[in-house]
Amino acid sequence: MTTTSEAAQTTATESLSAPGRHQIAAFALMVGLLAVAPFFIYPLFLMKALCFALFACAFNLLIGYVGLLSFGHAAFLGSAGYTSAYAAKAWGWPPELAILAGTAVAAALGLAIGALAIRSKGIYFANITLALAQMVYFFCVQAKFTGGEDGIQAVPRGVFLGLFDLRNIMTMYFVVLAIFLGGFLLLYRAIHSPFGQVLKAIREHEPRAVSLGYSAERYKLVAFVLSATLSGLAGGTKAIVFQLASLTDVHWTMSGEVVLMTLLGGLGTVFGPVVGAFIVISLENYLAQLGAWVTVVQGMIFVICVLTFRRGVVGEIARFIRKPL
Amino acid sequence: MTFFGVPTQALFGQLLIGLINGAFYALLSLGLSVIFGLLNIINFAHGAQYMMGAFVAYFLLQWAGLGYWWALLVAPLVVGLIGVVLERTMLKRLYALDHLYGLLLTFGLALVIQGLFRNQFGSSGLPYQIPPELTGGRNLGFMVLPNYRAWVVVFSLATCLGTWYVIERTKLGAYLRAATENPSLVQAFGVNVPRMITLTYGFGVALAALAGVLAAPIYQVNPLMGADLIIVVFAVVVIGGMGSILGSIVTGFTLGIVEGLTKVFYPEASNTVIFVIMALVLLVRPTGLFGREK
Repeated sequence: MTTTSEAAQTTATESLSAPGRHQIAAFALMVGLLAVAPFFIYPLFLMKALCFALFACAFNLLIGYVGLLSFGHAAFLGSAGYTSAYAAKAWGWPPELAILAGTAVAAALGLAIGALAIRSKGIYFANITLALAQMVYFFCVQAKFTGGEDGIQAVPRGVFLGLFDLRNIMTMYFVVLAIFLGGFLLLYRAIHSPFGQVLKAIREHEPRAVSLGYSAERYKLVAFVLSATLSGLAGGTKAIVFQLASLTDVHWTMSGEVVLMTLLGGLGTVFGPVVGAFIVISLENYLAQLGAWVTVVQGMIFVICVLTFRRGVVGEIARFIRKPL
Repeated sequence: MTFFGVPTQALFGQLLIGLINGAFYALLSLGLSVIFGLLNIINFAHGAQYMMGAFVAYFLLQWAGLGYWWALLVAPLVVGLIGVVLERTMLKRLYALDHLYGLLLTFGLALVIQGLFRNQFGSSGLPYQIPPELTGGRNLGFMVLPNYRAWVVVFSLATCLGTWYVIERTKLGAYLRAATENPSLVQAFGVNVPRMITLTYGFGVALAALAGVLAAPIYQVNPLMGADLIIVVFAVVVIGGMGSILGSIVTGFTLGIVEGLTKVFYPEASNTVIFVIMALVLLVRPTGLFGREK
């Protein structure tokens, strides 16, 4: 596939062995920045960006490492958000269980949608995931428990693991940061494991991978479910942080937004989706009062990225320092 | 009079709405199929171009005093021309890359176009009158058929069949189909394939704009009128088999009617029925009902 061949060039030098020194340095830099950031920047904004960064990383597993463009990832983010919000509010579950419940629902949904979509490739795959996600959207519009246009509001934050009181915004920030880092490291581990290598082999030349005895469909399905699960983790966390689950998170525009974040940051790079998410969320924050101009700016970024900037921010940096990031 | 416990009046009413929706599904998925067949991209901007067709009709009336019949001719030409420019300046650069980039580019264009129109005209609809020749309706005995709606169904069907005839039965269509199979060979025979690709994209876009003009008097002229519609049309295209001309026409009309019937018998599912059918079709035939392996 040529989608990712440019991204592949940057990852081509990656090996199965321990992460390179530059990657450890980049990771340390990221953790360091995120640890001091809440003392300078509004923590709620940072938490929003972190949730989307995890969402984009999960999405990137599919497009960057399997070469599958899902246009329906909002379904996982949104359904997990609704489940977590409902569990925390209606059943009074503690936040960690509520988030887990949302994650589990997203995983199950990922298995169902993945099983249907995985048999197709390229544009077909994008189209099918988009349509199935739209089905989930209409379900959420009509179902009683989602609260329709109002969504589920005033979700209690509660006490995480019985230890961390999430009503304190700093405590909550570090819980969200821990969740993000957990998801990030899990994905990093998956990408750099033998499993990840097989995924890349399938991306580059599926018939050859199959001829070597790998069941391509099974690998793709596992990757899809993993991606959906971590998208769900992001969605559940987001619902608890913002005390809200709404239709915005299930709508297809959200699926487009995560594509934008990943594309802008750099498809198939480890840190790209994080950078992309922070840029897009900041843009939205600054342009919020301009109404529909947000959409115009997002569209223009899409066009510019596709036409002239296909490696994305991190992809370009990686090319400049000639090391995969 | 009732039919399975449903008043026939309501049944035929919903059938007609289904048929109208089907006419739009067919026209839009036909345009998508024509474009997909030759360019191998899914034109995500199709919904935005449909909306632009309706807006051109509105502008013609407001600024130039040109009515519906002029719009039916001019709007597809104008929007088609914009499509040609987009293809020449942007899409053309992506043919050597994965087809997914075409999808992403047109998605971005759709966001830009819809955002710009929303800034200018807000989210509420602008009214557009039914042309005086087509107002009123006729009583068929079991229901009243509004003339304009009958016209939409007939005109859209005629356009679809005309397009099918040109592509499947004429020399020009033969070139087109040949270029779909093997562009470099067709080029070697002296056919200007890049120009054919440009014109094909323009034609597909013009079909979307035509659907927009037809829709203007029924739905209001609204910046977001194509945004959600296009996703249903994507599902229609998947069900019909991507790139299949006849498939998109048949499934377009059929699914419109199925959706209308669902509104009568099980209204809760009317929004999702097309997606459910898509999932079922994919289980049995991953390439769609009329599609083939490519």
